[in-house]
Amino acid sequence: MPDEWFDINAYLKIGDNGVVTIMSPNPEFGQNIKTSMPMIVAEELDVDWNNVIVEQAPFDTTKYTRQFAGGSASIRSSYDGLRLAGATARHMLRQAAADAWQLPLAEITTAAGMVHHAASGQSASYGTLASAAAGVSVPEEVELKNVRDFGIIGTSRKNVEAKNIITGKPLFGIDYRRDGMLIAMIAHPPAFGMKLKSFDGAAAEKMPGINKVFSIETFPRGFEKGLFDTVSFTELVAVVGETTWQVMQAKQVLEVEWEPITDVVETMNIFGNIRENRIPGGLESTEEHERRMEQESGSGTRVSRRDGDPEAAFARAAQVIERTYTAPFLAHNCMEPMNFFAHFTDEKLEMAGPLQAPEFTESTLAARFDLPKEKIDIHLTRMGGGFGRRAYGHYLVEAALISQQAQAPIKLIYTREDDMTCGIYRPSYHATYRAALDEAGKLIGLHVKAGGVPESPLFANRFPAGAVDHYLAEEWSVDSNISIGAFRAPRSNFMSGAEQAFLDEVAEAAGKDPIDFRLELLQRARENPVGENNDYDAARYAGVLELVREKSDWDNTPAGASRGVSAYFCHNTYVAQVLDLTVTDGKPTVDRVSCAVDCGIVINPDAATNMAEGAIVDGVGNALYGQLTFRDGVPDQQNFDDYRMIRIGEAPRSIDVHFVRNEESPTGMGEPPFPPVFGAVANALYRATGERHYRQPFLGERELLG
Amino acid sequence: MAKFTLHVNGNEQTVDVDPATPVLWVLREHLDLPGTKYGCGIGQCGACTVHVEGAAMRSCSLPVSSIGDRPITTIEGLSEHGTHPVQQAWLDHDVPQCGYCQAGQIMSASALLSHTPDPSDADIDAALQGNLCRCGTYLRIRSAVKSAARSANS
Ligand code: FES
Ligand code: FES
Repeated sequence: MPDEWFDINAYLKIGDNGVVTIMSPNPEFGQNIKTSMPMIVAEELDVDWNNVIVEQAPFDTTKYTRQFAGGSASIRSSYDGLRLAGATARHMLRQAAADAWQLPLAEITTAAGMVHHAASGQSASYGTLASAAAGVSVPEEVELKNVRDFGIIGTSRKNVEAKNIITGKPLFGIDYRRDGMLIAMIAHPPAFGMKLKSFDGAAAEKMPGINKVFSIETFPRGFEKGLFDTVSFTELVAVVGETTWQVMQAKQVLEVEWEPITDVVETMNIFGNIRENRIPGGLESTEEHERRMEQESGSGTRVSRRDGDPEAAFARAAQVIERTYTAPFLAHNCMEPMNFFAHFTDEKLEMAGPLQAPEFTESTLAARFDLPKEKIDIHLTRMGGGFGRRAYGHYLVEAALISQQAQAPIKLIYTREDDMTCGIYRPSYHATYRAALDEAGKLIGLHVKAGGVPESPLFANRFPAGAVDHYLAEEWSVDSNISIGAFRAPRSNFMSGAEQAFLDEVAEAAGKDPIDFRLELLQRARENPVGENNDYDAARYAGVLELVREKSDWDNTPAGASRGVSAYFCHNTYVAQVLDLTVTDGKPTVDRVSCAVDCGIVINPDAATNMAEGAIVDGVGNALYGQLTFRDGVPDQQNFDDYRMIRIGEAPRSIDVHFVRNEESPTGMGEPPFPPVFGAVANALYRATGERHYRQPFLGERELLG
Repeated sequence: MAKFTLHVNGNEQTVDVDPATPVLWVLREHLDLPGTKYGCGIGQCGACTVHVEGAAMRSCSLPVSSIGDRPITTIEGLSEHGTHPVQQAWLDHDVPQCGYCQAGQIMSASALLSHTPDPSDADIDAALQGNLCRCGTYLRIRSAVKSAARSANS
């Protein structure tokens, strides 16, 4: 360790011995940006990666931009800024050497943490120059490396936190401790459509170790909710005590009465746009949802895009195919349940824990408690998964309210059941696709009508829009009091499966190979696109299909296996997959998944591969088993005994991931490899069983197909 | 409340707790060993896996009163500096994503290797079927367990 550190800028400091500390600005939840973001800084700084120490940056909007984990955009939106941070520092080190040696800046070069002057043979390490470099004025413009000269970006570097993870270090919010800290848990209504009526905490308060039982109101009526202030249950009973086990026991003897809600109107303030949101009363059930979706799909829809004359195309079609796809609600089920530390004092509100969207939550806390932001301090811990769930920061408001009322530092912990039954789910969706084929089997018309409870999943301008002359996209939605939120590749995670399974069926009806069929459509979209606003680059889309065709050896299906293909573009990254499976006595085994990705420049290939593998496992799991169903507002699944998650024995036997090599700016990997899996599974299952699967999950609690 | 003397990671420690308290919470909150994780509390996810007399057990479902003097090993005590072959293999394969499940995975895998030094894929799947990984790192886990077996046997 150095004796002295010199701050060069918000992203890095250099020690007098040449060790460099690089700050990783964004929240980490397994996407491994804690390694890949600093790699970008280190690349431009031109330092030996072995001399780099990585630290999680504090949440600080004055120093960093977009400290947000979501939208697969951490790398994409920070790439330029991170390069600049490294390049600026490198420039300042060169300038310091030029000044010291009285030589022209242009003749000073760098390599692996050293500054050189070739002609005079002089050299100095970054460590010896750090002090002087810190005083150099920040240049207005700096030169960035040519991407062909990258030596860190594009090479696999190990996860900087791996050692701490495998030795069980306290990295997560749930591990956070403070002297005098108490543990808090909440009780929320057992059903959506219910609210707190009254409670009696006397028995619970008498339990050993229990400090206090009281109610809290997360958002009072009329509070202007922001984008990520979703929460179903705003009145909760809090139990505060010394240890988690004691609080869990006390929760069980808590006497609470709940009552049905009537329709609620909440006020939303979405970036200054005030609108009202009606939440219906009633106790909803999955059966009712399915009936309503069927009904809405047949009536009240909004047209989102129309090209050509779809009605006429369908009228003259030689063949029309119509299929309907559905998917259930899903719970995020992060392995680390929701939790947060709060210490509310007269001076400030101090918080620590797992959170994807601190900037939004900070604004919410400021409004809810009428505090200036300077008095709110949010420390970001590593997250035990996020998947979108931890963008919704209601649990920070709850923790702060509990600390305020208990007048103590507290850590709020959700039990697994609290976590699974408190809402913010992936919505339930429904999509009907129709295709019109002419005599020659050419696709002349496409009609998609999609909706869900409570939002539509439609992306009207995505493929195959732009590739079909006559195209109609419509959408609809059904109100619900079950709250929803972003879930790994929101909406894409359903639309991709429906669309890619449908195209497979259309290709078959047209008598074409499924990859050829897609490539022909993409060629049309590239050469002579229909309409404007087509949200994809047809050449890059085709590129991943071609790559996966080659890598999977598409024309030679292994003996006994059945394969399905799928491709999708979302969050700026293109992904195609070929999935092989075998069905033995009704039991599917995924033997292999080949995955081709175009995410531009790949920062850390092995880490990007890990993301793709995880997304594929997640997709296979949700396609086959994932579902959260309701009866009278009560979730049927409340813990992992009845919420079926994919386990190791059901994971694919092998996954190979291939990246398109290009020099496009990097895009994200967290979400894009997830949506295509659903279609690949459906298409492979069809080839294995002769049966098309339209309803997710394809297996559910059943062990066998059929 | 009652006093229990536990043998954890080679140390003897006495706690004064409700006898029904699961070992998980005793480790996390009384013995300052937070590496063992809570995931479900009902023996379904494996995040809380520890070794009791060398066997993998779900500490969320083990009342502290049931332990007696059987030795417990947690992730913090598996090796002194993270050098157990399973931990090393986890590093070599860069297994973790979020990392939350991994202590439990490593404890299950190391228990497997202690009685099945050369496990087949089926052995690995069977031994780790109780350990959920929401991030989906199962393929790396399989490869890492096999490398750990090779390095321990060589
Ligand atoms: S916490 Fe023990 S098995 Fe899940
Ligand atoms: S690494 Fe995230 S749950 Fe396994």
